[in-house]
Amino acid sequence: MEWLESFWATYSTLVLSIGTNVLLALSIYLTLATGLLTVANAAFMAIGAYTAGVLTTQAGMPFFVALFFGALTPALVALLMGGPTLRLSGVYLAMATLAFGEVVRIIILNAEGLTGGALGLNGIPQLTHGFDVGLTVALTLYVLLRLARSRFGRAMTAICQDETATELMGLNVRGYKLFAFVLGGALAGLAGGLNAHFTFFISPNEYGFERAVEILAMGVLGGTGSPWGAVIGGVLITLLPELLRGLGHYRPLINGVILVVIILYSPKGMWDIVRRLRADLRLPVVN
Amino acid sequence: MLTLSSISISFGGLQVLQSLNLTVPGRGIFGLIGPNGAGKTTVFNLITGLLVPSAGTIDFLGQRLNGSLPHRITRSGIARTFQNIRIFKEMTLLENVLIALGGRASYGAASVLLPWAGYREAERLDRESARGFLARVGLAEKAEQWAGTLSYGEQRRLEIARALATEPKLLLLDEPAAGMNGIEKQQLVEEVVKLNGEGLAVLIIEHDMSVIMGLCHEIAVLNFGSVIARGTPNEIRANPEVIEAYLGKEEQTHVRSEEMLS
Repeated sequence: MEWLESFWATYSTLVLSIGTNVLLALSIYLTLATGLLTVANAAFMAIGAYTAGVLTTQAGMPFFVALFFGALTPALVALLMGGPTLRLSGVYLAMATLAFGEVVRIIILNAEGLTGGALGLNGIPQLTHGFDVGLTVALTLYVLLRLARSRFGRAMTAICQDETATELMGLNVRGYKLFAFVLGGALAGLAGGLNAHFTFFISPNEYGFERAVEILAMGVLGGTGSPWGAVIGGVLITLLPELLRGLGHYRPLINGVILVVIILYSPKGMWDIVRRLRADLRLPVVN
Repeated sequence: MLTLSSISISFGGLQVLQSLNLTVPGRGIFGLIGPNGAGKTTVFNLITGLLVPSAGTIDFLGQRLNGSLPHRITRSGIARTFQNIRIFKEMTLLENVLIALGGRASYGAASVLLPWAGYREAERLDRESARGFLARVGLAEKAEQWAGTLSYGEQRRLEIARALATEPKLLLLDEPAAGMNGIEKQQLVEEVVKLNGEGLAVLIIEHDMSVIMGLCHEIAVLNFGSVIARGTPNEIRANPEVIEAYLGKEEQTHVRSEEMLS
């Protein structure tokens, strides 16, 4: 057991990061699979992280209560914002959600009394353990896998393929979109809450444009054919910088090249490669 | 059954429909014909809620439709197919029909999450009835195939199966015979007659006159956004205004041929 202890001492932050990044990837999987190009997930993560962080540091709330509100608050914001913005599609929706991300970042920056402004929120207790993250990821994955195989998952895929035809089949397309957006917001917030409680310190700049693009990259790299795609994307995007550590300054470059190659050769993401391999090996396809 | 009263709509400066009045009877097969650009598909888009009229009302079985969202209109009993086929190509035939069944909400979100809440049974029943709808259009044995692999005529039949799965009282068919060969057209006519015999009212747009004349009990002719004639197939065939709309005036052709000669 000694090696496990030393492994955990060295890599616990990485393992926990993989967990929260998988949650973020699953959060954007929901909207991408419904055909919505939203990049608000970094902002929802920020709302979740700050809500949970403020509740534990300043209000002295128990961890699980803070996490609950960390998921609920961005979900409510998504509910309010989804009505007007989800009428948009494609690039326009991406731009609206990007602008929303900036608004959230600037609000956090200026609400100094509550958030610490540009100095960030310091001294967040380290309450997140492997168990919390593992359980959250497992439960989320269970729920999303079951949803994906049900009539809800089918409806999402149908909306992604042809929104108008789906609507004329009697399905409440706006309702499904809002459902995906709100649930995605809750998951991103949960990831933010968990993340804040093992990094000790959070600042508004962690949740800016770069983070938004990183989350999008996880979703696209993994593929939206199944929640498993998001898992693959989340794990890879977290591990790549570590695996390429030896390359020094060229790391982001190689990162980008890998993304481009995958998109070129498998536009539907890594999951599609796995799916095709399994089909070739004539193994039963789970999803 | 379906009444459109003084419907107007324009796109930009182009008035597509001008105070159109149209009543579709509750039984039978009703044809809507007219030259290209007459506004036929616009009528379908208005009925199904994809477009909102700038003036006028649409009533279906005593219910005001305009202003309703498309999915509510579908649930109230109107289903349609599309001029340019809109099946879900990257899904199986079975899944295509299952989507249409999804509007009826056979099980809720909670039952998906709780293993003991009977979701498997509800899903099994849905699949069974989806197979039933595929069988009605003769596609049962292809249920597990990708919809994109079907032939053109089969894709049109799948669209009809999908429309039927929403359990409509009125079926709108937008050029269902387009791109079909003679045998497929014959099958289509038989299928529509059969559905109508089972109590489904049909409103059909079609350019193929053999299909229209063979199917319809009544026909309305649309030209430049208004109904210029209405009657049985024989009355329509003999109507001089209709012939003019389709072929042009006799004098004009005369003048043109004279010009060509000189």
